[in-house]
Amino acid sequence: MIHFVLLISRQGKVRLTKWYSPYTQKERTKVIRELSGVILTRGPKLCNFVEWRGYKVVYKRYASLYFCMCIDQDDNELEVLEIIHHYVEILDRYFGSVCELDLIFNFHKAYYILDELLIAGELQESSKKTVARLIAAQDSLVETAKEEASSISNIIAQATK
Amino acid sequence: MALSGMRGLSVFISDIRNCQNKEQERLRVDKELGNVRTRFKNEKGLTPYEKKKYVWKMLYIYMLGYDVDFGHMEAVSLISAPKYPEKQVGYIVTSCLLNENHDFLRLAINTVRNDIIGRNETFQCLALTMVGNIGGREFAESLAPDVQKLLISSSCRPLVRKKAALCLLRLYRKNPDVVNVDGWSDRMAQLLDERDLGVLTSSMSLLVALVSNNHDAYWSCLPKCVKILERLARNQDVPQEYTYYGIPTPWLQVKTMRALQYFPTIEDPNTRRSLFEVLQRILMGTDVVKNVNKNNASHAVLFEALALVMHLDAEKEMMSQCVALLGKFIAVREPNIRYLGLENMTRMLMVSDVQDIIKRHQAQIITSLKDPDISIRRRALDLLYGMCDVSNAKDIVEELLQYLSSADFAMREELSLKAAILAEKFAPDLSWYVDVILQLIDKAGDFVSDDIWFRVVQFVTNNEDLQPYAAAKAREYLDKPAIHETMVKVSAYLLGEYSHLLARRPGCSPKEIFGIIHEKLPTVSTSTVPILLSTYAKILMHTQPSDPELQNQIWAIFSKYESCIDVEIQQRAVEYFALSRKGAALMDILAEMPKFPERQSSLLKKAEDAEVDTAEQSAIKLRAQQQTSNALVVTDQRPANGTPHVGQLGLVMVPSSANADHNLEDQGLAQENGTLSKVDPQSPSPSADLLGDLLGPLAIEGPPGAAAPTEQHAIPASEGDPNPADALALAPVDEQTNSVQPIGNIAERFNALCLKDSGVLYEDPNIQIGIKAEWRAHHGRLVLFLGNKNTSSLASVQALILPPSHLKMELSLVPETIPPRAQVQCPLEVMNLRPSRDVAVLDFSYKFGTSSVNVKLRLPAVLNKFLHPIAVTAEEFFPQWRSLSGPPLKLQEVVRGVRPMLLLEMANLFNSLRLMVCPGLDPNANNLVASTTFYSESTRAMLCLVRIETDPADRTQLRMTVSSGDPTLTFELKEFIKEQLVSIPTATRPPAPQVAQPTSAATSLTDPGAMLAGLL
Repeated sequence: MIHFVLLISRQGKVRLTKWYSPYTQKERTKVIRELSGVILTRGPKLCNFVEWRGYKVVYKRYASLYFCMCIDQDDNELEVLEIIHHYVEILDRYFGSVCELDLIFNFHKAYYILDELLIAGELQESSKKTVARLIAAQDSLVETAKEEASSISNIIAQATK
Repeated sequence: MALSGMRGLSVFISDIRNCQNKEQERLRVDKELGNVRTRFKNEKGLTPYEKKKYVWKMLYIYMLGYDVDFGHMEAVSLISAPKYPEKQVGYIVTSCLLNENHDFLRLAINTVRNDIIGRNETFQCLALTMVGNIGGREFAESLAPDVQKLLISSSCRPLVRKKAALCLLRLYRKNPDVVNVDGWSDRMAQLLDERDLGVLTSSMSLLVALVSNNHDAYWSCLPKCVKILERLARNQDVPQEYTYYGIPTPWLQVKTMRALQYFPTIEDPNTRRSLFEVLQRILMGTDVVKNVNKNNASHAVLFEALALVMHLDAEKEMMSQCVALLGKFIAVREPNIRYLGLENMTRMLMVSDVQDIIKRHQAQIITSLKDPDISIRRRALDLLYGMCDVSNAKDIVEELLQYLSSADFAMREELSLKAAILAEKFAPDLSWYVDVILQLIDKAGDFVSDDIWFRVVQFVTNNEDLQPYAAAKAREYLDKPAIHETMVKVSAYLLGEYSHLLARRPGCSPKEIFGIIHEKLPTVSTSTVPILLSTYAKILMHTQPSDPELQNQIWAIFSKYESCIDVEIQQRAVEYFALSRKGAALMDILAEMPKFPERQSSLLKKAEDAEVDTAEQSAIKLRAQQQTSNALVVTDQRPANGTPHVGQLGLVMVPSSANADHNLEDQGLAQENGTLSKVDPQSPSPSADLLGDLLGPLAIEGPPGAAAPTEQHAIPASEGDPNPADALALAPVDEQTNSVQPIGNIAERFNALCLKDSGVLYEDPNIQIGIKAEWRAHHGRLVLFLGNKNTSSLASVQALILPPSHLKMELSLVPETIPPRAQVQCPLEVMNLRPSRDVAVLDFSYKFGTSSVNVKLRLPAVLNKFLHPIAVTAEEFFPQWRSLSGPPLKLQEVVRGVRPMLLLEMANLFNSLRLMVCPGLDPNANNLVASTTFYSESTRAMLCLVRIETDPADRTQLRMTVSSGDPTLTFELKEFIKEQLVSIPTATRPPAPQVAQPTSAATSLTDPGAMLAGLL
């Protein structure tokens, strides 16, 4: 299973974290610190796997951003590597050529999308189309609610004028 | 760039981004936290939008690593908001902010449950996602039934059900009882019929978790998994959107194969065949392509297929195909594939005997040890460690030593421990071992634990030949300018004990030795000083005639340390000072250290401890555990006095059924008489007519309880031999003093060797006897490998062959002593004179220290070794079959009490006995026809035909017909096959009253014939 997902920038800034195994805040900080030290220093032509404290971390760099997933020692590494890519492709489709800034200012969107992809550290959906459809449906639900709210507040505003 | 849609949040994020340093960032965060805190305090005034915004800010701050110790309540309370946008934020922030142990989660259980059982699909999804990501025990207890309902409900849409499956998986991890409901395994099997691949992917993850803990309940899922795999591998009915770079959902393929690895075997031949077809297709059909993602995805599937093939212990051909693939992978440039190639090759070492093929890649693996990538270097080190044995230890260890100087700090400790273990385990000679360890200490002293140098001292102390060499080496190292303290310790110890052996060499006079050691004294820590003091005392003792100058020097040192603050040093100084004035008494007390008792290497123990891992069970670990538990069972069966239970040793099964009884009786009689003609006509098996066959078993089918005891007494009586028929096999000559216990089950080892040509025949803590055999026609050449496992010699080694009358055997000379850690090869020539099932025995004995060990081992020069499988066509078979009509050339018998096995298994057994199964000759699919050629001097090459007719309704009985051109051969072959088919009783028999007495064993020793009878 995937124990956690980390998105770290090349400068070591955290862009997203999602923990599927229980860690305290202290442990989380420590893990991030340790792993940024290990992963950010790795050269470009090395393999995408790092052995770390009895686990394996599968990572891939996209432009300035490192996507990392921590798995058990005998999980299938390549499978997880492609989960990362799958996630990136979905983000790309959603934001339209995604960049780091998209993820910084819309980190909540990145969370929504991740939740449609993984639950309990396991892959739940391997169709990009399905994920995109579900996210679009969520967005429109939020949009409708906003419109309703604004129309109600308009009514109230006008009524109390 | 899209902004968050919440202006305040975007502004805050921009501010954080604009901070020049950590300090500024902290100030900005603190300001925001203060702001959020005050806003939450006046909660009344917050609109849902504001609440949402603040909660997101909190999460952002938390994500950056700051503690957020308030506002959890607000996040949780959003979960119960009536509208979707707030609820969504509530769920997602809660699942990020809190973990399963958090108290606030309890507050939410009711709302979550209402959302799960409610009608609103989007709310269900949110609730399931959160529970799936952070649900703990309490959630498991209160929500599992509802989640289960959603998963199997036919009215729910796939988007809810796939979340329910993973949610249930999470709850199952927290509390395995959640699936302890009647019929859950059936439902699980039904879930695998799902057409929606999203639901199927999630359900498969659930299945993997379930079978990893308990596969027994889920056998019905196995064929379905194979079906799914077939469907995906053939790309049948896979929607375009589930194809990833042209590969039908690689993730589901991987998961399905993972699930299959938790089932110990696949019994059903059809399922097995279709699975192997799929696996073969994956192994053969995966090519390296340009597109990285396609490559990764297809290799993810390929590596999982490799793991499954290894698990299923496939046919040798497929295994070597796997090794060939891995060999290709470890040589490619693509680092991921190389990494995985090395990793999987290491796994391959654990599961099957392909070491020889892997060894061919040694040079390539060593190259990876120098790879720029530490991940790859680690894998290479592990693999080298795993594949090391006597044949390549020298190369590998020297490679490791060389690498040690340039290795990363992080790897040095592991590296030196591994090098030390390998050097110890596989040293071709002990001086090399000493060299390696001293080099190790020299190059990486900081990483060489005390255990390692203690072990060197043990070896040197126990081997006199080694002592001058080790002392000379130690002396050489002392000349180096800056040596590690561990080197000071070990060389001081060795020189104290053995420097007198070097006395005539230049630079090795007591005075010079003392001088060079004493130079180091100021540089060492308090733990080393006592060792140096002992060395001085020993040097003093060995200096004959005594040298007053040296004596005074050393005395001065002793008296200096008499007031040392360290107790150990002080005590030694005082004692050595007093002793050294006593003259002769010093000689006794400071005499050379006696030999150490043999013990398990503490290094190996350390390595074993280090490997204890609490991580989740994996297929391979599970297998390893199963293996160890097997070993335990074997030991448990052994009675308290240590003699292996006789029942396991007899080639013929111990009677527990009437049928087996008569079997034994036959043999007793056949043995006694030596010919067939005198066989009791009452005894059914030699009788060839069909009626006799059918009646025979009935005739003796009395109450087994009554039959067995008479049987036990009958045989010894009839043979006139004090040995019970089945009690001897491996009774050591003197049970009382023989404290050495065999490792592993001797009978099992023998049985295994009957089917293959090389392996271990016997092993105990001191010696391992391996065997390698080649057979050509009626000749055979066996080589016995006698390997001394100890650090001191085995003496009085004797190997005596007790051949049965039909075998001519010549054993080459066996040396009387086997040097430490050495392996001696003794060729044994065998010639088969005529057909017989009698077995040759090796009477082997040796002395180790005070204990002498004597074992009698059956040699696997059995009837089937002189068979040569031959395929016959229908045109050849039938005329031959008809021409051999009736007894004594053609014998038929109904065999009962057969170990139930599928026809395929039986065919495999026959093939491994070198009886070639010829499919298609018999029109009845339940029958089996086999042919082979038997070679002996009297019969020359003789064609043998066998036909087995099975009854699918009752697999415990079958009818067997054997024919050949020689009556003895026909009979012997029939009996031989019967022995292989009849089931081994599992119930242990009460110990026979006639326990082998030392005296009787002694008589049997002088009488090979009687002993052979005893073995049977």
